[in-house]
Amino acid sequence: MSAVTKEQVQERVVEALASFGPDAADIAPESTFEELDIDSLDLVELAQIVEDEYGVVLKGEDMKELKTVGEAVDLITERAN
Amino acid sequence: MSELGSAPAWPPAGCALVTGGSRGIGAAIARALAQDGWPVAVNYNGSAQAAAEVVSAVEAAGGRAVAIQGDVADPQAPELVFAQAEERLGVPVLALVNNAGITRDNLAPSLTDEEWDAVIATNLTGAFRFTRRALKGMMRARVGRIVNIASVSALRANPGQANYAAAKAGLVQFTRTVAVEVARRGVTVNAVAPGFIATDMTSELIGPDLLAVIPARRAGSSEEVAACVRFLVSRQASYVTGAVLTVDGGLGA
Ligand SMILES: NC(=O)c1ccc[n+]([C@@H]2O[C@H](COP(=O)([O-])OP(=O)(O)OC[C@H]3O[C@@H](n4cnc5c(N)ncnc54)[C@H](OP(=O)(O)O)[C@@H]3O)[C@@H](O)[C@H]2O)c1
Repeated sequence: MSAVTKEQVQERVVEALASFGPDAADIAPESTFEELDIDSLDLVELAQIVEDEYGVVLKGEDMKELKTVGEAVDLITERAN
Repeated sequence: MSELGSAPAWPPAGCALVTGGSRGIGAAIARALAQDGWPVAVNYNGSAQAAAEVVSAVEAAGGRAVAIQGDVADPQAPELVFAQAEERLGVPVLALVNNAGITRDNLAPSLTDEEWDAVIATNLTGAFRFTRRALKGMMRARVGRIVNIASVSALRANPGQANYAAAKAGLVQFTRTVAVEVARRGVTVNAVAPGFIATDMTSELIGPDLLAVIPARRAGSSEEVAACVRFLVSRQASYVTGAVLTVDGGLGA
């Protein structure tokens, strides 16, 4: 698979999270999922999107560790490359 | 999303998948959903000929259907069946009816591991795996209908059916739990609990003694079960989720 940049992942993650409710403008790398009102079902859906698009499998345990948008983007980028 | 204002197109741009759609109740459900405009994937396991006849009947009535082989107890089946349904019908599965089911009746002291495992694998685990696969697309589409065919045996004891009752009661509580998990994505998950319905499954059971305990004094038809499924899959049922609709001539009342 060709390399994916952190910027691409960031853009896709923000787009996905925005589809769950929060304004894209409010989503920053340091935003926590809690602040954004992103719940566990949203994270499951995010994991599916990431799996479909980057072939990265995020398990329940991985998702539980993630607190901020930036952490998710870093983990996905690392696993995708 | 207003429920009263602009009505979304219905059926949505998706197809319906009926497991065990080759015979009995499943065949009636497949025909009913096709009448409501759903392209239908008719899953079957052993009865290729019967599945082909369901497809022909749907086509003769002006609908669209394809037959897809797959044993719901096989862990690989959901992926294979969904891929075929979506490829051959060209749209994602937005309605799933987990209908495939078997009985292996025996009194508990004599119930074998094989009889127990086969019924749990087909009636409960199969429905779980098909539901898990279906939710992927439904959650992202923000619309979906899942109907699980349970049984009055899930709610009322029937000697000789400990395995079947455990599977169907499990399916009922599975239905309620998943309904709550995905409700805010526009996906509804409900169960239909038939009583005695005249199909191959019950052909040896239905006699005068049995009919005497059914308040309606008769067995139900597959079409009477299909009518309930049709309602739960309809747009009008958008606020019904986590429900168990009995269709049993009063047996469980
Ligand atoms: N009849 C009743 O009184 C009654 C009452 C309560 C609940 N139910 C439930 O209603 C559902 C349908 O029952 P029915 O009376 O229509 O039964 P049926 O006449 O015996 O038909 C069963 C259907 O399920 C399919 N099937 C069985 N095992 C399968 C498997 N492993 N993978 C895929 N398909 C499979 C069969 O397909 P193939 O022939 O192609 O293998 C057939 O189309 C079942 O879940 C049953 O438990 C029935």
